[in-house]
Amino acid sequence: MLAFALKRLGLAVLVTLTVSLLSFSLLFMSGDPASAIAGENAGAADIEAIRTLYGFDRPFLVQYADWLFSALRGDFGQSYYFKLPVSELIADRLSVTMLLGVCGISFALLTAVPLGVAAAMRPNSFIDRTALFLSVMGQAMPSFWFGLVLIVIFSIRLGWLPPSGTAGWQNFVMPTIVLGYYAMPAIMRLTRAGMLEVLGADYIRTARAKGASEWRVMFKHALRNAVVPVVSLAAVQMGFMLGGSIVVESIFALHGAGYLAWESIGRNDLPTVQALILIFSMFYIVFTFLSDLANAWLDPRIRVG
Amino acid sequence: MARTIDTAAQQIRTASPAALLRRRIFGHYGLLFGIVVLATIVLIAAFAPLLTAHDPYTQDLLARMKPPFWMAGSDPDHLLGTDHLGRDYLARLLYGARISLAIGVIAALISGLIGTAMGVAAGYFGGRVDLVVTFLINVRLAMPVVLVALAVVAILDGSLQVVIMVLGLLLWDRFAVVMRSSVLQVRDLEYVNAAKAIGCSVPRVILSEIMPNVVNNLIVVATLEMAHAILLEAALSFLGLGVQPPTPSWGLMISEGKQMLLFEPWLIAIPGVALFVLVLAINLLGDGLRDVSAPENKG
Repeated sequence: MLAFALKRLGLAVLVTLTVSLLSFSLLFMSGDPASAIAGENAGAADIEAIRTLYGFDRPFLVQYADWLFSALRGDFGQSYYFKLPVSELIADRLSVTMLLGVCGISFALLTAVPLGVAAAMRPNSFIDRTALFLSVMGQAMPSFWFGLVLIVIFSIRLGWLPPSGTAGWQNFVMPTIVLGYYAMPAIMRLTRAGMLEVLGADYIRTARAKGASEWRVMFKHALRNAVVPVVSLAAVQMGFMLGGSIVVESIFALHGAGYLAWESIGRNDLPTVQALILIFSMFYIVFTFLSDLANAWLDPRIRVG
Repeated sequence: MARTIDTAAQQIRTASPAALLRRRIFGHYGLLFGIVVLATIVLIAAFAPLLTAHDPYTQDLLARMKPPFWMAGSDPDHLLGTDHLGRDYLARLLYGARISLAIGVIAALISGLIGTAMGVAAGYFGGRVDLVVTFLINVRLAMPVVLVALAVVAILDGSLQVVIMVLGLLLWDRFAVVMRSSVLQVRDLEYVNAAKAIGCSVPRVILSEIMPNVVNNLIVVATLEMAHAILLEAALSFLGLGVQPPTPSWGLMISEGKQMLLFEPWLIAIPGVALFVLVLAINLLGDGLRDVSAPENKG
């Protein structure tokens, strides 16, 4: 188990380093970052001054190493736009995005798992078809459009929920639904398929033969086994959702890290963008690492193989 | 006993594989719906100039915000009304199908080429090649697609070509994953070994022995990634960092309609429904193809 964990940890570190290199090189894709910061009316001397000030005159790898080691200490440099440390900007925005992510994945799990179980208990029944319909709809619905439709219904027509802002819990209801519905179809399908497979297993027949109640068979025997892959999918989806929160946060003007990323891209504030790409990637890497460990712990076959 | 086997064999013989396949396709309503709707949208995109007399770019500031046909005060000349610059909404919708389809098809082609090459190499050669490819897939999956695409498109200045290239270079991960595992399943089968034993070259073994047997999965992934690319382009354009105005992109139309969400919700309803129907059709086609090509894996 320890060897497996160390191997996975090594892979996670390597992936993080590669992603950091890629997000750092974003700065140089635009050409000369110094003249970009200086603006269009800057003279050659100004550009030169900015180049030395920000250290753009050093070799690429030196700049990267410098940035990486600062980042490891939590220092992502200065925002071009706010002239503030990026880490300060991100810190309080991140809690909004994390809260949204947790709400979103909870919404997805709380709708997808019961629906998947109910669908698997009675294949081809009305509830199975409803679940299938909901998941097919969810996969085809553009999330930004779904968000706007919710705003039209719940904010404009019914006046129940605020269309934008970060003031209170009401602001999180619609973003949670949009983000959760995005993750729901995959989880629902996996729960249904897993339950169908488990329900055909011998130990379920044994449990039924013992005279266990249907309820007990479903929840004590079947669901516990079917839910294992669902947990790891949920971890992966959580990573994707945090990365996808940029769309949802910008529709509802929810001031989280995704919204900050959108604003920063529009303002050409590359240090902030780089930091956010790295942080969102690390969320994904940490979640998949934890789910790998959980899977290996639950299933010895993965540890060895 | 012998007789029943004979009649069973006869039944199998009378139903040729093609007939069986046809029966499966016509018995699958999702697949049928996908094919019919997608074909309709392709025809609309191809013959857009014949279907509307209006130009999607021509502004008419005297005829702004005309409502669509189901609302009071609509103009029979503009069936779906006009937008905030007086451009015919139906014309923009019809020409917008071209943008979405072009992005879906070309981005899926580019990412399909990259992902298939990587996945097939990893599955066929194994060892170090596999390690490198798996690592690259992990790196790609860790990067937040929307954020990276937005940032790169913004840096390189949004145009249709840039958006297509960026999406094509980002969406290869599922191709690589699926192709790798499909090739792993067939690479040690007898017919592959036989081809190797008679001295076929590596490209020949891959192209004429392995590829025909994994191409089903490739097509399924291609349809799903096409839908993915279309949705992503719409999201990028909606956020203002994708295809730039005045191109009639559906995502951009929704973004422009958002300004008038309060009074004219139909401005976002029309392109949104179009986007939804197109992606739904492609997804149903992909799911249907998977069911039909591998009915044993249904579920």
